Amino acid sequence: MAVNYFYPDYEIIRDYNRCINCRVCERQCANEAHRYLDDADKMVCDDARCVNCQRCVSVCPTRALKITETSNTFRKNANWSEKTIKEIYRQAESGGVLLSSMGNPENYPVYFDKILINASQVTSPSIDPLREPMETRVFLGAKPDRIQRGKDGRLVSNMPPHITLSMPVMFSAMSYGSVSYNTHESLARAAAELGIMYNTGEGGLHENLYKYGKNTIVQVASGRFGVHKTYLNSCAAVEIKIGQGAKPGIGGHLPGTKIVGDVSKTRMVPEGSDAISPAPHHDIYSIEDLKQLVYSIKEATAYTKPVIVKIAAVHNVSAIASGIARSGTDIIAIDGFRGGTGAAPTRIRDHVGIPIELALASVDKRLRDEGIRNKVSLIAGGSIRSSADVVKAIALGADCVYIGSAALIALGCHLCRSCHTGKCNWGIATQREDLAKRLNPDTGYKRLVNMLTAWQHEIKEMMGGMGINSIESLKGNRLMLRGVGLNEKELEILGIKHAAD
Amino acid sequence: MFRNISGCAISGVFSKSGRRFSGKLIIDSIAAMHERSNGLGGGFAAYGIYPEYKDCYAFHIFYDNESAKEECEKFLASHFDIITLSKIPVRKIPQITDEPMIWRYFMVPLPSKLADSQLDEREFVVRCVFRINSTIDGAYVFSSGKNMGVFKAVGFPEDVGRFYRLEEYEGYCFTAHGRYPTNTPGWWGGAHPFALLDYSVVHNGEISSYDANRRNIEMYGYQCMLKTDTEVITYMIDYLHRKKHLTLKEICTVFAAPFWSTIEIMPYPEREELEYLRNAFESFLITGPFSIIVGFDKGIMALNDRLKLRSMVVGEKDDMVYIASEEAAIRVIENEPDRVWSPKGGEAVIITFEEGTE
Repeated sequence: MAVNYFYPDYEIIRDYNRCINCRVCERQCANEAHRYLDDADKMVCDDARCVNCQRCVSVCPTRALKITETSNTFRKNANWSEKTIKEIYRQAESGGVLLSSMGNPENYPVYFDKILINASQVTSPSIDPLREPMETRVFLGAKPDRIQRGKDGRLVSNMPPHITLSMPVMFSAMSYGSVSYNTHESLARAAAELGIMYNTGEGGLHENLYKYGKNTIVQVASGRFGVHKTYLNSCAAVEIKIGQGAKPGIGGHLPGTKIVGDVSKTRMVPEGSDAISPAPHHDIYSIEDLKQLVYSIKEATAYTKPVIVKIAAVHNVSAIASGIARSGTDIIAIDGFRGGTGAAPTRIRDHVGIPIELALASVDKRLRDEGIRNKVSLIAGGSIRSSADVVKAIALGADCVYIGSAALIALGCHLCRSCHTGKCNWGIATQREDLAKRLNPDTGYKRLVNMLTAWQHEIKEMMGGMGINSIESLKGNRLMLRGVGLNEKELEILGIKHAAD
Repeated sequence: MFRNISGCAISGVFSKSGRRFSGKLIIDSIAAMHERSNGLGGGFAAYGIYPEYKDCYAFHIFYDNESAKEECEKFLASHFDIITLSKIPVRKIPQITDEPMIWRYFMVPLPSKLADSQLDEREFVVRCVFRINSTIDGAYVFSSGKNMGVFKAVGFPEDVGRFYRLEEYEGYCFTAHGRYPTNTPGWWGGAHPFALLDYSVVHNGEISSYDANRRNIEMYGYQCMLKTDTEVITYMIDYLHRKKHLTLKEICTVFAAPFWSTIEIMPYPEREELEYLRNAFESFLITGPFSIIVGFDKGIMALNDRLKLRSMVVGEKDDMVYIASEEAAIRVIENEPDRVWSPKGGEAVIITFEEGTE
């Protein structure tokens, strides 16, 4: 039926004066958008197959290609957008749930972009990080309730298990399966070189990567894929995943086509069978159940590893966090509604959850009001895009941030948001061997190290500007932030003043 | 919420033998640094000045009006046995105007109230101070220690000293503060020193960690009402010393922690201890420029920020120890000190009574 024909969103523009018919675009496009016509000795393309991942553009040796947004348009309607109409057509055809990948792209406020950072003038000096020490080391974990001394009066170390980071940034959970082995290896090696952590996600840990255990957070999610005693003890910390910002309230689904070879072995799921993690943990229907799982993990790891509980930022996130903080959990990770994913129902991704900035500010305040902020560390995730976002998140009250999308972008991701197809041309969100090998971990890890080294420099510059020479003095230091264009209620929740106030 | 930013001069004098001397000495010292103040606040803390009531808590209170005084005295009478009370004697001088009513009470907690509260005596007193300052409008307790007192006002410090007739008091330790606020609430309670129980703090600087420190200490029940660095530092000292039982030296390494690069080359067990303290008390780290002089019942402590972004010198002569923002403020009262030195950034200077001093 003609109604199902859509003019493609993007058009592939080829400059035939430049094209030399080398066919690299054809070979590089897993979506098969490019084709060579023998008879005509000419490259042609099918715009409808293009996801605008920019792979062909990037590899074209003569710069003969570019992708543009189509100028074809439905009749303008401020209420019924073309996107909305097309989605109805699709669902009328398929009867299915719409799927999407990566973070919520819709036009909701980005609070980080409405917050500005302070700097010293006259009354207190700024500090030059090139000339003076500037410290970004962070500890995550509970603080001791009381100090203890030995007979000689010296302090006895009663520090609960914690993790040490060279800077307040970690790679967030991305499972082996949803991303390629090479992606995992890049993340693991970068984390080891940087002195931070990466996170296995719910897909288990490939044997080859056990050696990066000191820089690994292993995840226990509702499907319990790949969870066993060795796994729990091959890490620096264990994360219980309750929820994810991109899809709060629902579980995960890794299609059987991605469950091949080592992925199947690592996940402990038969080849070709779908790996479906349930929406809730079926042993956690309440907060007291969570406490039991926290302590089960602590027992399994002999109380040597901090336990992280990761939740999606939802409406009453602060009350939930307060409950978690009293469950024996050492670290709470909060994932905002812009957080990325390998696959999520579009409606959930785009309409469920709340912004991380507001959730973080609210949780930090709630835990302080209840006098339990030092019982847990806070990790904020859900679209941390730059070092400035890191600084703002720390000043709002986070101990550390998680980055996922930013790390993938460093590896080449162009946010085409088609991860769920498994045909990632950049070798990231795919298990197809020919595609996965495009990401060379030797270059991949270096790019991650470069990016975070640059961020660390920028964080130090911003700290120095504020006259702060150690990151702990920035934590929760909300006077260093000001809002622009925010209303009273937003400022109140963020706990910051308006610019020039 | 506003933030009260200021520059300043500080000075302190302490007799290690516990010998009591007149407050004139400290006035002369702080007067030498007149240029560092702008007349918007000055004050003194004096230790050993109330030997006749040394077992009583001495409350110094500002009242804006009679009704505040009535309400506050009603509260005091229901929580304390008031041994004696009086106006604090002052000298009317043209440089000091608009003074509130300034009263002094020597008291001990009522045993029944104290027992009911299930608190130790000092915690009971602290809670009473907070209760008055936060709930009785127009009443402000600015001194609450034993055998010590704070005297402060809006004005240049040397005028404040003359106003309070400080030369008539004799103590073994005095600290002083001259203020250069860059915004001016013009309120007497906002002058320094800031004190809680026997701890008093004078401070010169502007700490960049302020809001991190404030939000942290408020979690432990302290209410920061003045929005000044000094207030927050005082509460942190009280919390770490009185409640967490850290030593003053440990507190200095929490406030002005050695850099990680320094800690890493230290021998065991110092390295482990310092790492423990930095981790356990991370939100108590103070960054940005500061020099502080802390008075306490047994001595005096001075500390600079870890980069030494504010000047501070220490001098010694016989049993006397002098600490000031500038050496001139020491030389003016002791022209031939045995030794004068400038402590390094983050180096704790803690001086207590010589052994055998009562």
